[in-house]
Amino acid sequence: MNQARSTPFNKAAMHGALILYTLIALFPVFVILINSFKTRRAIFREPLSLPDADSFSLIGYQTVLKQGDFFLYLQNSMIVTVASLFFVLLFGAMAAFALSEYRFRGNMWMGLYLALGIMIPIRIGTVAILDMMVATGLVNTLWALILVYTAQGLPLAVFILSEFMRQVSDDLKNAGRIDGLSEYTIFFRLVLPLVRPAMATVAVFNMIPIWNDLWFPLILAPGEETKTLTLGSQVFIGQFVTDWNAVLSALSMAILPVLLLYVIFSRQLIRGITSGAVK
Amino acid sequence: MQTRRIRWHIAVFLAPAVIVYTAVMIFPLFNTLRLALFSRIDQERVFVGLQNFRTLFFDPIWAEQFWNALGNNFWFFIIHMLVQNPIGIALAALLSHPRLRFAALYRSAIFIPTILSFVIVGFAWKLILSPIWGIAPGILDAVGLKSLFAPWLGKEDYALTTLALISVWQFVGIPMMLIYAALLSIPEEILEAGEIDGIVGASAFWKIKLPLILPSIGIISILTFVGNFNAFDLIYAAQGALAGPNFSTDILGTFMYRTFFGFQLQLGDPHMGSAIAGAMFAIILIGVCIYLFGIQTRMRRYQL
Repeated sequence: MNQARSTPFNKAAMHGALILYTLIALFPVFVILINSFKTRRAIFREPLSLPDADSFSLIGYQTVLKQGDFFLYLQNSMIVTVASLFFVLLFGAMAAFALSEYRFRGNMWMGLYLALGIMIPIRIGTVAILDMMVATGLVNTLWALILVYTAQGLPLAVFILSEFMRQVSDDLKNAGRIDGLSEYTIFFRLVLPLVRPAMATVAVFNMIPIWNDLWFPLILAPGEETKTLTLGSQVFIGQFVTDWNAVLSALSMAILPVLLLYVIFSRQLIRGITSGAVK
Repeated sequence: MQTRRIRWHIAVFLAPAVIVYTAVMIFPLFNTLRLALFSRIDQERVFVGLQNFRTLFFDPIWAEQFWNALGNNFWFFIIHMLVQNPIGIALAALLSHPRLRFAALYRSAIFIPTILSFVIVGFAWKLILSPIWGIAPGILDAVGLKSLFAPWLGKEDYALTTLALISVWQFVGIPMMLIYAALLSIPEEILEAGEIDGIVGASAFWKIKLPLILPSIGIISILTFVGNFNAFDLIYAAQGALAGPNFSTDILGTFMYRTFFGFQLQLGDPHMGSAIAGAMFAIILIGVCIYLFGIQTRMRRYQL
């Protein structure tokens, strides 16, 4: 069918271009990872060779584990990310259900109001957010971050989820109503399970920006007890600029959790983007 | 539906989202704009009207920094538009080719930089471009271009462009994915109709596909705009809050951070910080409005 569009030469050129770009994309990550396992001398002598029996060393990782509270930071990042995603999904789905299911006065305005935040970054309001967190004593707690990320994620979540909830069949919901189910039961028992794929999409979209954010942890929760992994590695690396083993190992340890998340969720992420959820 | 009964469940469903969103996002946004109209004089918060903005735009010390940051920010944005989006479109065009083998593998690999945090990206490139380590000069040497090497991140002339290109490297995955999705949604019949008329290969891309994906390119442009004028993390991670060398990589995000939070010898000034946030808000709002009313409504949409 598509014979006219693909000659062997074209195919080769296309693969060539894609392989070249894939190398550009992966090269820095690769260099960091392999050098984190080498001795200091090997890092400088042969930066591009794989670690071998001679040059293999874990000294950098030892420094990182001794000096930084890596596991505490990792735990903080996980708590913040999981809790924010939970609230974004729960509150977002509830609001999306109200907007897509019921006709009431102000429905359209409410939808527009909630959609405003899709385009306007929450960072603009940082000065007042910090004021508010200081006033309520939430500064340097993980709650400050969870609240901010929940607010940041809600607009897009409501927008995407209400699109999907409009497609849930009315007959099903009405059948539930005739059987005497309350509106809450209809939402939790009938509608939520049906929009689970859309919820997964929203979760994956929100997960990476929350995990990687540096701005709000730096401003709202810079204390030792509440540092996230992103902020923790920034501070740690800043202190150890001259200890290349430690810096490379810290970078690798920061890369690994995200890479792991990506491997687990990449199908969901790519399906989410390509299914046109953000069109 | 019965008459005039208050349907409390609607309120219950809406309340949590509306309360959190209003309290943590909308209210602080307006409160920040309000704070920009005040100043702290002798420990008292005093209403000063637009004085902060006058200082920001015209006072020699402030204005120099502000226009520098704004200009840098525009350059940052222009590089993204000229490099990131064309590369993203080209990659998507290649990937969307029917029956291309390993397409999923390329796609996942090219998207990896996008999921990494700015901290990782900033430091990784800093190490790679560092003259001490010698990876970048070594590679240039291998292709016979060693004379081109310079400590790019350390030179005032190149640092901002280098950082913009690093950011492009990181985010190319997003336009690639969105355009890829748009290209996949073009029905096969249209391309086959073109084929019958003899439009194949590159000209099929320029004459058929590109006009059809223009709306997606518009969305990518506005996402890039908002993202760039809100950027902070990469510059902070790579160059610190002083956005060195000599403020040559200072953009609005780092300028605002330094101003309102304070850095080293400079004391934090939340009111001037709010004024900068106000300026950023205005710039983003203008950009979004130009897109919504100037571009999106005029763009021809084809019914597929």
